[in-house]
Amino acid sequence: MPKVLKTPLSEEVVRGLKLGETVYMEGVVYTGRDEVHLHALEYLEKGKKLPVEFKGCALFHCGPIMRKTGDKWQAVAAGPTTSSRMNSLEPLFIEKFRPGAIIGKGGMSQPTVDAMKTYGCVYLAITGGAAVLAAQGIKSVSGVEWFELGMPEAIWILNTGNFGPLTVAMDAHGNSLYAEVNAKVKENEKKARQRLGLA
Amino acid sequence: MVTEEDIQNATVELLRKTVVKLPADVEEALRKAYASETDEVPRMQMKTIVDNIDMALKGNTPMCQDTGVTIFYAALPKDCKVDVEKGIVEGVRKATKEVPLRPNAVHPLTRKNPGDNVGERMPFINWKVHGKDYIEITVMTKGAGSENMSQLAMLTPTQGLKGIKEFILGAVLKAGSNPCPPTILGIGLGGSSDIAMKLAKEALLRPINQRHKDPEIAKLETDLLEAINMLGIGPMGLGGKTTCLGLNIEYAYCHTASLPVGLNVQCWAGRRGTVRIYPDGRTAYPTHER
Repeated sequence: MPKVLKTPLSEEVVRGLKLGETVYMEGVVYTGRDEVHLHALEYLEKGKKLPVEFKGCALFHCGPIMRKTGDKWQAVAAGPTTSSRMNSLEPLFIEKFRPGAIIGKGGMSQPTVDAMKTYGCVYLAITGGAAVLAAQGIKSVSGVEWFELGMPEAIWILNTGNFGPLTVAMDAHGNSLYAEVNAKVKENEKKARQRLGLA
Repeated sequence: MVTEEDIQNATVELLRKTVVKLPADVEEALRKAYASETDEVPRMQMKTIVDNIDMALKGNTPMCQDTGVTIFYAALPKDCKVDVEKGIVEGVRKATKEVPLRPNAVHPLTRKNPGDNVGERMPFINWKVHGKDYIEITVMTKGAGSENMSQLAMLTPTQGLKGIKEFILGAVLKAGSNPCPPTILGIGLGGSSDIAMKLAKEALLRPINQRHKDPEIAKLETDLLEAINMLGIGPMGLGGKTTCLGLNIEYAYCHTASLPVGLNVQCWAGRRGTVRIYPDGRTAYPTHER
């Protein structure tokens, strides 16, 4: 049986996760992408209080499709967005807000891998485009903050259960599946070039 | 007589079908890719993708939350009198609410989001007049993750075929895990800078199991696809056998002094749909007949 992670995440649990391991999430997950990163760091600089507590949280790089029925929001489709867009802001975000896990797709660059090692955070890969499956792991939506940023960019407060499968693709010890794949790709590139008749 | 309302309704239905269900050729390629992966991580990525396709269809729900910006290709009869543009625009507005689609269209500078996927020049419509009696509307709902990896190269004629191969291989390596592989690649050769990019996108409208009718272009399609699949980037860039599901090239003659090459990257969710609206108001959806 794959491991189930419950939020908020303790550093001990996070540090215990192994690269390549499959896990599922249970508990509160916040969505946050480009604008949330920009806004949160701006709030911090101005000494303003954030609407949610990111410490130990799972931050999901996601701009969902939400539907409002009466006064209740429901997640229709909620797959991950491309995490690399947040490469430049994530190390500082991790240092300042100490999330326990970042959920996204495509992985992130070395400074984020380093920040995860220093502060105890993991990157959990969820399959890109698999938005219906991801939405099924969202049991309810307890609220939305910064809605004025637009539906994709707001902070959605999601109550999850059996949310996944998630792959530990960057662990809290400086390892990254993406870096491992890249090393192999570099090796394979020679064969591909040969196939194309390139020197 | 076809009315503006007919166009609007057909647009809503077309968008719904397009974001919920993949064309047969793409679905088939994904199931084949799932069957071919042997390692645990890429197998799970492909299983999730295939499961998600089934779940989207069952729930009549968009398969991906990124329902893209709406790029249309409209072909009109010579004597078309109905305001097709208005029908499409209002159809997009309605579909955003009803399907629903994610409101993605924003002002490029202020990033202001009107919330209905309609704004300056969006939906974008490519027009053509054809010799048929029906109106044909094709849509591509293309997400940003893959579109952001698209590129243009203005090569010199001396760089030639090798230059084209270098450029495409380099772009795929640079894109890596970002565009939600396994991808579909559309390549536009020749024309001019804008025409190469336009052809690159139009190349994505051809089913990926059909090779170009020109044997030399068809050979380049096969060579590039096979080489890219030797890279091992794999599903979601987590390693594996399938990096690219299909690769289509379209070309146009170009200036003797230039060699423009456009690359349009499409994620695994290669969503495209076509509706035909006949003079009596009847509709047919050739991409979604199954």
